[in-house]
Amino acid sequence: MAIAEQHTPPPTPHDKAEKTWHGIVLQTLKRNDVNLVPYVPDRVLTPLIKNLHADPFFTTFATAREEEAVGILAGAWMAGRRGALLMQTSGFATLANVLASLAVPYQIPLIMFVSERGTLGEFNYGQALVCRTTRPVLDSLALEHHTITRIDELEFIVDRSIKQAVATQAPVALILNPLLTGGKTFDK
Amino acid sequence: MTSANRNTKVMNRYDVTSRLIGKLRNEEAVIGGIGNTNFDLWAAGHRPQNFYMLGSMGLAFPIALGVALAQPDRRVIALEGDGSLLMQLGALSTIASLKPKNLTMIVFDNGIYQITGSQPTPAASVADIVAIAVGSGLTNSVWAADEEDFERLVDESLSASEPTLIALRIDDQPGVGTTRRDPVQIRERFMHGLGVRQPL
Repeated sequence: MAIAEQHTPPPTPHDKAEKTWHGIVLQTLKRNDVNLVPYVPDRVLTPLIKNLHADPFFTTFATAREEEAVGILAGAWMAGRRGALLMQTSGFATLANVLASLAVPYQIPLIMFVSERGTLGEFNYGQALVCRTTRPVLDSLALEHHTITRIDELEFIVDRSIKQAVATQAPVALILNPLLTGGKTFDK
Repeated sequence: MTSANRNTKVMNRYDVTSRLIGKLRNEEAVIGGIGNTNFDLWAAGHRPQNFYMLGSMGLAFPIALGVALAQPDRRVIALEGDGSLLMQLGALSTIASLKPKNLTMIVFDNGIYQITGSQPTPAASVADIVAIAVGSGLTNSVWAADEEDFERLVDESLSASEPTLIALRIDDQPGVGTTRRDPVQIRERFMHGLGVRQPL
């Protein structure tokens, strides 16, 4: 958490927030009118979740399972509202069925942010194992995905990926690597 | 807890779905859960505001919640089977906490996975769907005693100011029709029906 905590800003002002990974994500969601953000929480995502709750532009709330959030976002999209799902790698691992039976065949531009655990200093073997299922599952459905490691590339990747998902009516997964977020470290 | 539904009549899914559809006058959205639930929705007569789920078992209520959050002025009705609901009980609390004013949830409870060979669900002889819903925070949850009671409860829910869950005991009959399994067309026509898009 060291890097993430160094960069954790107060909720305002925006000029400071925009220089953090989570500030950039929040502002890019806003600029693309993505305002419905269900999540299953993750330690690394905490500053983003906190700032989404603090901003009245967003409707953000926890769901009990990640696939529930996929259902909510599919319904919202079909009814004209854009959203994105925040989760951890272990949560993504629960989604193969809903991706293959709802998001992909119905052509839903599902925007997924996956906080990557299980690599670069993971201390829980189960997390390391489940992390390795992420990209094979995405690749098996030929889904667009990007692993983001650099803050100077973050806005470009998020902004372009949202626009492409909507234009092509296809899901996208944006994997937030510990090199970007600081990840979760042994002492926590 | 099975005593809670002892006095409820065993109804038929196609019959009550037809009664429900017959009541709709305001382009209400209707989300049909997997299998027989959406087969009978299809058989009751296609409407542009119907959405048919072909997989993703358990997600009829979450999909309906998404529609309700996106279009708060439109009434949204979700149809789900008891076996499907058991896969996603947490969704009841999500809906209870968000309190959408425009969402009606209907649960068809026959205690079996009819479509896979009528195996009993784990809840069949021990759990009560309405008690689960109330315990999940959906205080406006009731069993429909018979068809007339169901119609009255639907009418009430369509002007309610909180989410409503109506459970019905149904028989073991399969669905009457078979939904055309064309997910892209189902989604596109639903979006037209909700006024989100115009046909090419």
